[in-house]
Amino acid sequence: MNRRILRRVLSNFMVGLMIGAVVVALIPLFFILLNLVLKGAGSLSMEFFTRTPAPAGETGGGVVHALVGTLLIVGTASLIGLPIGVGAGIYCAEYPTSRLTWITRFVADVLNGTPSIVVGVFAWAWIVAQQKHFSALAGSVALALLMIPMVLRTTEEMIKLVPNSLREAALALGYPRWRTSLSVVIRTTLPGIMTGALLAIARIAGETAPLLFTALGSQYLSFDLDQPMAALPLTVFTYATGPYEEWHRYAWAAALVLIIVVFVLSLGARLAVRRRFAING
Amino acid sequence: MNATLRPQTVVPAPKVTLGPRQPAARPAGKDGPAVDVRDFSFFYGPRQALRNLSFSIERKAVTAIIGPSGCGKSTFLRSINRLNDLIPGIRQQGDILVEGTSVYRPGTDLVSLRQRVGMVFQRPNPFPKTVFENVAYGPALNALVSRRDLPDLVERCLRQAGLWDEVKDRLDEPGTSLSGGQQQRLCIARALGNQPEVLLMDEPCSALDPIATQRIEELIFDLKQHYTIVIVTHNMQQAARVSDFTGFFDQGQLIEFDQTERLFTKPAHERTEAYITGRFG
Repeated sequence: MNRRILRRVLSNFMVGLMIGAVVVALIPLFFILLNLVLKGAGSLSMEFFTRTPAPAGETGGGVVHALVGTLLIVGTASLIGLPIGVGAGIYCAEYPTSRLTWITRFVADVLNGTPSIVVGVFAWAWIVAQQKHFSALAGSVALALLMIPMVLRTTEEMIKLVPNSLREAALALGYPRWRTSLSVVIRTTLPGIMTGALLAIARIAGETAPLLFTALGSQYLSFDLDQPMAALPLTVFTYATGPYEEWHRYAWAAALVLIIVVFVLSLGARLAVRRRFAING
Repeated sequence: MNATLRPQTVVPAPKVTLGPRQPAARPAGKDGPAVDVRDFSFFYGPRQALRNLSFSIERKAVTAIIGPSGCGKSTFLRSINRLNDLIPGIRQQGDILVEGTSVYRPGTDLVSLRQRVGMVFQRPNPFPKTVFENVAYGPALNALVSRRDLPDLVERCLRQAGLWDEVKDRLDEPGTSLSGGQQQRLCIARALGNQPEVLLMDEPCSALDPIATQRIEELIFDLKQHYTIVIVTHNMQQAARVSDFTGFFDQGQLIEFDQTERLFTKPAHERTEAYITGRFG
């Protein structure tokens, strides 16, 4: 048997297998998008983005309450979660031999694997049950708890990529260690850290379970973080399981909007990486 | 350059002299040696990297450290500005005096030490910031000059580093966009920004092509009018070309220290002769 032909056949076969795997991975994504566009795009209108829902049984209305709610809840969650996650990530990367780092990493990994509904239960027990009412803030806390381990690990990985020679250069100029971290290491990795943050935001924007018994959902436009609030994933959930045909159409449209939001965030993360300032060495 | 041998008037107590060929120590104080190494030993955990080094480095002269790989050249250099401090498990005995001030006395201010002792590394490691910011980075730390005078200082440093004419129109471009040789001269300018007393160079040309190397060597020759320079090099021709004094290290010991010309023409020790004639190392 000619070994060269055998080798080529085997090579092509393996490449074929891998292309097949890629196609199989993409098919569900494609059908999800197609399905959402087909069933949801028809319901998108100015009204959909600017009005609150019509009373049950009537037609018309929109999901502006859920859009605003998602922005507020996710924004608050980011305000809580990003500084903690990024800060802890910097600590873990800059003091890799400290015992605290070992513990933090372990806890972050456990937290990363925790089902989001468990985190929701936690937020319910500690905030909702104590205050005796549902609130958007409780939802934000639950989402922030989900964000922290994600952001922590991406921040740490990004900082580890900074060449040691850069760190030494700053130290040799007399920079104390903490200022070296802040002005050289962090500045160099800022695009990477931002990417991690955006991806974490995209991830939690679609979370439903932690909001079910914290932010609860609402039919009204609300800006009060201390009160129940609507959010896009909750709206999808409510409308999709509701009895009316119109609700089902709105659920598809809201899902489409949610996917678009996540898509835009991910795309922004990609662009941030591409503009990354070149590091040498 | 002051290569004349004078009678030793003051010999610090723990100092071990190496025989008649050691360059005479000048009286201590401002007229004493720029760097005074006193019975200095250094350990990485259980491994001893430097053994009882004692010698003096002349002010406003170039001192080259040569020796086979792993002989402790870089360790010694990084002991002068205590850049080894970051490595866990190190310890040292003896002391090094920079312009009369102890480096290892408890309570030594690392920030001011590293401002007085600049360092240039093996690979060019400019910060991913603009050319201007790279040079201004050191002096901006402790406000060595007022913000208004910063541009003048940056220009002066870039001129001293022989880079001004090449980058004066590109001060806002990232330092990483320069060529390798230019980057290394930028790193020299960055070290000069702190107006150091001593400039350490750790194989500054090993990553550069012959033309860039020649430029750096010419630069070293110019810089010694203002600075005390200690250069570690693998390249014996380079040591012979640029330095006034040369120390030969082997297995953590200082085998021989003398005026460069004498060390290369009439080495006192067999091992030195074997090394510079290429019979080992």
